[in-house]
Amino acid sequence: MSTVKVITGNHAASFGARDSRAEVIAAYPITPQTQIVELLSEFCADGTLKAKFIKVESEHSAMAACIGASAAGARAYTATSAHGLALMHEMLHWAANGRHPVVMANVNRAMGPPWSIWTDQNDSLAQRDTGWLQFYCESNQEVYDTTMIAFKVCEQVLLPGMLVLDAFILSHTYEPVEMPDQELIDEFLPPFDPPYKMDLKDPHAFGALTTPEWYMELRYLIQEAHEKALVKVREVEKEFGETFGRHYGPLELYRCDDAEEVILIAGSTASTTKDAVDIMRKEGRKIGLARIKLFRPFPNKEIRDIASRVNKMIVIDRNISFGNQGIFFNEIKASLYQTKHTPPVYGFVAGLGGRDMKIDDITGIVKQAETCNIEEILWWGVKL
Amino acid sequence: MSKSEKKMMRATIPEEEYMFPGTVDCQGCGAAYAMRLALKALGPQTMVVIPACCWSIIAGPFPTSALKMPIYHTAFETAAAVASGLKAGLNIRERDATVLAWAGDGGTFDIGVQALSAAAERDEDIIYVCYDNEAYMNTGIQRSSATPWGAWTTTTPRKHPKDRPKKNMMEIMAAHKIPYVASATVGHPEDFVRKLKKAKEIRGTRFFHVLATCPTGWRSPPELMLELPRLAVETRVFPLYEIENGVYSINRKPKQNIPVAEYLKVQGRFRHLTDQQIQYIQDHVDETWELLLKKEKLGRLF
Repeated sequence: MSTVKVITGNHAASFGARDSRAEVIAAYPITPQTQIVELLSEFCADGTLKAKFIKVESEHSAMAACIGASAAGARAYTATSAHGLALMHEMLHWAANGRHPVVMANVNRAMGPPWSIWTDQNDSLAQRDTGWLQFYCESNQEVYDTTMIAFKVCEQVLLPGMLVLDAFILSHTYEPVEMPDQELIDEFLPPFDPPYKMDLKDPHAFGALTTPEWYMELRYLIQEAHEKALVKVREVEKEFGETFGRHYGPLELYRCDDAEEVILIAGSTASTTKDAVDIMRKEGRKIGLARIKLFRPFPNKEIRDIASRVNKMIVIDRNISFGNQGIFFNEIKASLYQTKHTPPVYGFVAGLGGRDMKIDDITGIVKQAETCNIEEILWWGVKL
Repeated sequence: MSKSEKKMMRATIPEEEYMFPGTVDCQGCGAAYAMRLALKALGPQTMVVIPACCWSIIAGPFPTSALKMPIYHTAFETAAAVASGLKAGLNIRERDATVLAWAGDGGTFDIGVQALSAAAERDEDIIYVCYDNEAYMNTGIQRSSATPWGAWTTTTPRKHPKDRPKKNMMEIMAAHKIPYVASATVGHPEDFVRKLKKAKEIRGTRFFHVLATCPTGWRSPPELMLELPRLAVETRVFPLYEIENGVYSINRKPKQNIPVAEYLKVQGRFRHLTDQQIQYIQDHVDETWELLLKKEKLGRLF
């Protein structure tokens, strides 16, 4: 029997890690993530979860300890946000390049200065090139589900994975979350058994100095693993859907069947966008939403498919790559280059530092895209 | 331990070798010899975590390995954190091994001190060995906080040598109230092996501060690899002692008063020092030694 609990996005992450049977958790507090590891420390203390919880002194050490645990062959988990993630940066590379399938929840929070604890996507997107899989979640249920999906995919391709949830909008908001039978979960996600680990009977040197003769091949294999991961995400999500009745996919399409325009967005703002789409549909507009769930590996095929079916794409970025444009905007345009059907793509930067994104903002953006100059960065709602 | 026991004890260095010959260290490298001894003492049930340091090179490039044990090479500041995670991962899978974090002075005194302090505060069940060659030798002899006062390095030129004393890592680690803290040198192999064997049987964080000769960085003749650390102990520049559950015991009390100048003059890195500067070092060494003797007399300190 599955159970339903009304919990925050943070606790959905904790329950997700518990039900995925994480074995080593190393973490450091940071707002708005802290509740994830608080609840996990309780699970470890009361024996609900058979895991070692290492209460480290920094996020850098949190990731280092997860890497050590993973090297021992254990399933490792951590959670962080914004500055914590930025501090981890070096070890994010280490986890990916060392082929450790560590899973981490990152609560999307704006980077300082000035201090901000509210949501935007620059913290996780700045880690784009570290080799981590990145899953952007829309609901607390998805946070819970994606934890085990991430573990399953990551352990098959030996890469680490980050699931991302918006600060406060998900992290501190209560929603009902259905948790399946542990037996079913155990069947879906069997124990981790890596092909290589620190083993006295089969000793290896991990990460030893590698000359130009072989370094590039090791990088090629990581790219190959990412390509495999894209296939695995599709497979595993399908299996998850068949087992538990919920299916997300790398790019979730909402009312896109006959759409002439499509909005592309990641994270919880997609929920608001769905309402905005419904309203605009009622007004006779043939518009849909393509929610980017998977950012790395990037779902090029799905992006190209939807592009081939619409006349206009509107990308809303809660992030910016300074000196260029919104990050999703750039990625999507790159994905479409030299494909047969490339509709005009409009990129809006909006909702930075937790600035509210309401239905009116989405409909306003769609309206502005009718008249604006596609060559410019389109800032939404800036008071300057 | 009574005096008679001390006289009786002849620590035997195990014959087994866990380090292959042909490592790519400099001539007369103390760090290489230190590892050879450590593995002899700890035996085959050992896993080694190595952050960026000379040993990142000495251990051999891919696809070779200088050790018969598994090695995890990690980032500069993470030896203690990775070792903690490794031990936790082994424990949860009910596997056992001695987890040895093996770092240089840069990775211990400087960039790794945060993770090390945290691991010690948690009393992680690891052995942490700092082989101290008193500067960033792998990057080409830059000063670290383990570089002694007055020493030349490539970032403390002779016109402006190091003007701060060496950080006292032994006392910093003892302040964490971990079960075992010991100094050792590559010039006292039996003492080092004895201490490692003892540490192996203790649970919790065990810290070793090992003076490891670096002829390249010290500008000293390679054939003095064993002699120099012995001289460091005889001149009391580097006292050999243990802090076991808060009790200090000095392992070697030199009978003769050999001046520090004897130790300094054979090393090019101290060549520029004036008599006055050498006297300053002597005074500091004497004060530190007196303080150590007092601590030993006090009995249990924590």
